[in-house]
Amino acid sequence: MYAIVAGGGKVGANITRSLLAMGKEVTLVEQRRERFEQLEAELGPVVLAGDATELFVLKRAGIARPPDIVLAVTGDDEDNIVIAQIAQDGYQVPKVIARVNDPRNQEHFDLLGVNRTLCATSGLLGLVEHEVPEHGLVKLLELRREGLEVVELQVSPEAPAAGKRVAGLSLPDDVRLVSITRNGVAEVAGLDTVIRPGDQVIAILKPGLEDRLRETLVG
Amino acid sequence: MKIVIVGCGRVGSGVAKQLAEQGWDVTCVDEDEGALARLGEWRGGFVVGHGMDVNVLERAGIVDADAAVIATNGDNTNVVVGQVVQRRYNTGCVVVRVLDPARATFYAERGLRTVCPTQTAIATLTDVVSSCEATPV
Repeated sequence: MYAIVAGGGKVGANITRSLLAMGKEVTLVEQRRERFEQLEAELGPVVLAGDATELFVLKRAGIARPPDIVLAVTGDDEDNIVIAQIAQDGYQVPKVIARVNDPRNQEHFDLLGVNRTLCATSGLLGLVEHEVPEHGLVKLLELRREGLEVVELQVSPEAPAAGKRVAGLSLPDDVRLVSITRNGVAEVAGLDTVIRPGDQVIAILKPGLEDRLRETLVG
Repeated sequence: MKIVIVGCGRVGSGVAKQLAEQGWDVTCVDEDEGALARLGEWRGGFVVGHGMDVNVLERAGIVDADAAVIATNGDNTNVVVGQVVQRRYNTGCVVVRVLDPARATFYAERGLRTVCPTQTAIATLTDVVSSCEATPV
């Protein structure tokens, strides 16, 4: 497997270290001279100096092979979009993952066809919400390409679902309950599983059906 | 006719002034409030903010603009904002300044109207030098 990592900040450097430790072939592209020298001293010739949004730099990194994966993880969202577009549309790289630095730019990545994205800020926000008691519905995972998402919510005492079997709930077809955690013990939700107030429920659903799920489990 | 110009540096402000003179309804967008000074006696619109911010673009009137020129000092910002304007607002005429000839060609092949001043400079300088050779002093 061959990977190009664009951007040698904390994220890019750590991904490169992990890939090297797994014995993968990697090129890490870093633009800032000082940072490049630091990384080169540590990682050796896998580090390439240059701006990964320049086509000749990407060519030197081997974009035309093409690599199996390109990770656009610089600290600049516009740069990441451009790197991802060049890799996807210019060189048909099979897997391109781009980092979203500012969650407000997520819609631009989506609009411009950069479909596999990771946003640490949104992820952290999700975790913070997860830790706050009395939360509503928390998105744990978005499978954008598949058009599905995994969410978690807590059953309230006044929920229409409280005390009912899963089979007896009026949920849309595109919503499935995956697991129920009660007193710290999780079990896979079956048709006969009974929902109790206070249960943490994980569900998988098509985006847009969150409110229907919330109405049933929270009220 | 209405136009939004993102990036009010030497290029953006120059285009803004010329089009305003031709009777266009021009609104400029720049992160730096000080860029307004480049426009001189300015009767058009001016919005302070970044072109990646759709609220800023909308305040500048992108929704019913006939054209947009994207000419900030960042190539990647320009091609991204240009594509967003084209796809999200279906603005009829979107022109994007890209200094790097390779990126200008890449995006031109994919339906973006790019203008590359570097390419123009290369062509002009080459022509001038060639004509020097033809008629040596």
